[in-house]
Amino acid sequence: MTTPLLTVDNLKTQFFTEDGTVRAVDGISFDVYPGEIVGLVGESGAGKSVATSSILRLVDSPGEIVDGTITFKEKTLFGLEAGPDGEPRPSEEMLTEEEMRKEVRGREIAIIFQDPMESLNPVFTVGGQLREFIELNRDLPTEEAKQEAIDMLREVGIPDPENRYDEYPHQFSGGMRQRVLIAMAIACRPDLIIADEPTTALDVTVEGQILELVAELQEKYDTAFIWVTHDMSVVAEICDRVNVMYLGEIIEQAHVDDLFYNTKHPYTQALLNSIPRPDETIEELDPIKGVMPEAINPPSGCRFHSRCPEAREVCQRVHPEPRDLSANDRPHNAACVKYDVFDVGYDASPPLETDATGGFSAGLTQTESEAEADGGDR
Amino acid sequence: MSRTASESDPLVRVENLRKYYNNDSGLLGGLTMDSEFPFVRRESSYVKAVENVNFDIHKGETLGLVGESGCGKSTLARTVLRLLDATDGSIYFKGTDLTELDGEELRRTRKDMQMIFQDPQSSLDPRMKVGPIVEEPMKAHGMLDPEGREARAKELLEKVGLDPQHYNRYPHAFSGGQRQRVNLARALSVNPDFIVCDEPVSALDVSIQAQVLNTMQELQDEFNLTYLFIAHDLSVIRHISDRVAVMYLGQVVELADKEELFENPQHPYTQALLDAIPAPDPRATDRRTVLRGDVPSPINPPSGCRFRTRCQKLIQPEAYDLAEDEWRRVVEFQRAVKRRNFEEREPSAVRSRFLDDVDLRGEAGRIVTDAIDHIAADRFDEAEALLTESFADQSICAKKEPMYEVAPELAGDRHVVACHLHRED
Repeated sequence: MTTPLLTVDNLKTQFFTEDGTVRAVDGISFDVYPGEIVGLVGESGAGKSVATSSILRLVDSPGEIVDGTITFKEKTLFGLEAGPDGEPRPSEEMLTEEEMRKEVRGREIAIIFQDPMESLNPVFTVGGQLREFIELNRDLPTEEAKQEAIDMLREVGIPDPENRYDEYPHQFSGGMRQRVLIAMAIACRPDLIIADEPTTALDVTVEGQILELVAELQEKYDTAFIWVTHDMSVVAEICDRVNVMYLGEIIEQAHVDDLFYNTKHPYTQALLNSIPRPDETIEELDPIKGVMPEAINPPSGCRFHSRCPEAREVCQRVHPEPRDLSANDRPHNAACVKYDVFDVGYDASPPLETDATGGFSAGLTQTESEAEADGGDR
Repeated sequence: MSRTASESDPLVRVENLRKYYNNDSGLLGGLTMDSEFPFVRRESSYVKAVENVNFDIHKGETLGLVGESGCGKSTLARTVLRLLDATDGSIYFKGTDLTELDGEELRRTRKDMQMIFQDPQSSLDPRMKVGPIVEEPMKAHGMLDPEGREARAKELLEKVGLDPQHYNRYPHAFSGGQRQRVNLARALSVNPDFIVCDEPVSALDVSIQAQVLNTMQELQDEFNLTYLFIAHDLSVIRHISDRVAVMYLGQVVELADKEELFENPQHPYTQALLDAIPAPDPRATDRRTVLRGDVPSPINPPSGCRFRTRCQKLIQPEAYDLAEDEWRRVVEFQRAVKRRNFEEREPSAVRSRFLDDVDLRGEAGRIVTDAIDHIAADRFDEAEALLTESFADQSICAKKEPMYEVAPELAGDRHVVACHLHRED
């Protein structure tokens, strides 16, 4: 294989709140190779969005990246080294804020957000915003940038782009606005686009159009994508490789086909079992029991053990790091001690009383600060 | 699971229901600026949110209502409960026409009809504790004494899968799924027969969705509830409904038993909608066909069949005699002109892109050639008008509103489909 475009190694992002430290992203590692679509999947609060903002160093106070390295095309987006007094400090190679802003964001790594209305300024015309972006990032004169903007709008399928150029965001439908953001993202021909739930707010028919457009553009420009979503159907449709996140950690990492047909981690399995199918009628759904615990005080051992149907006593004690369990030549990492390679005595360990085995009430007693955790995680 | 129509009368019957919103209320409403004298015009227009909707819901059944955003699902739901006043038509609930009730009578009927909203956050008062929230409807309808209400609230909290101990907590202490359970308990408190659920699970995570859907089904079985269940997610609709109505731009275009609708869809819109859902399966290779374009404005909806401007199966006018694939190309060409979707305007390039270099015979060929000439001269408006008038507007789809019934093949005893493909010649 070629060298990865982006390498995230042991990334940790934490939020320092009054109630304690929220470990929103807790030691995740993954690669993105040129031209592939990598999925980042999980329920809300899993840390997906924090992970992507960390890559662009857009985490705001009280959040902070506390450990790990992020390398993009031999540039260090984030890295630490030991200072004179042993305290970690940003390493020499790490890009400055200005370099990040001028060279990386928008130019080399673009991002598309979930809500297209919030990403466009309602008091400027759509065309004007796109033109300004192209003007600044590609150093084109205004007239040329305008022509380029119109061409981009046409390319992403906006009808009658010459006239729509002068319209305001509210005059566009949700799908059209998302197309504008895609135009903005590809305008500088970045090598990597981070798409943070770009189709979640859209209808299925529009979602279909957008996914088709992305596939076309990807083929044309060979852009790599990090696709953040909670929708397994979208993952199945467009991703090449998938990272499944639970409570700040990547618990399974596999090629999309292996993930669906040779699922290793019980969480991924439970997630797949819980979704209603459009293509068949299912009498009763099999939901994941309980609710996701708080990232302030995650469960000991395996973080999923409190909701896992296969949890045993050892799962409370041992915290598994993902290991390659692949039977073929494609790596397939999962973090679950039920596999023999972990060798921690899972088979001999007694089964555990959890939400999945006990009643529903177990997960419902510790709700007091959940609302805050929800809010803090965004 | 399937509860087909019983011999008894339906619990809810909606007949020719219409809801229009006036578009020129307010001081400056309806004003448009012009570049010519007198510069300002005032026009009256209506948003036709719900147009001519008919359906029945029988006791104990779930009718799923599905459609894209902006197609009038929520307006329909609110009009059925008379939270909005209908412009025209009737809503019979247990045989009484709700549109004719008012004041105290209507208020008392509302005891039997409840609603669950999409956003579990904003539908609960943040300054009220959960217990009193659940008791509120009982209070409003003068049910039980205070102790009785508290006991019932606790019982209901337990029924919907919450801990009765949570009686004294505020909504913010609950997660989204749990808040939706509180909403369920509140709706159930007055012992209603009929609950309208407006996208009750779309704000929830998939795993939580499944929990809430299961609870809703258990409660339905236990209390013999009747649901009108609105969702844009077809997977959810397939899971929970007995019968399904598909809405497009304010109208019901297809209504049939769930199995019948999903396995034997007859309306091109339903087919497109079903094709659009991705299956959670990376090996599902059949590339979905994508529905082009946006939903037209409900202020000035297309004549005849409202779906015709996006339909893949628009019927050829009798005046022409084109082969099926030639007609499809002409339709595609007309829609592309409407979208101004052209990079190349040179006649031969246009001809090869849209018509595959086929020379169309007769009248149709002449019109297409004229349109291509207009495009080459950058007269898009003329080209659009010519094509639309000669092709799209001549189709039966544009001239007559469709409404047909076909014999169900798989399940149920009625299959209503609003598409001229099913007309009897």
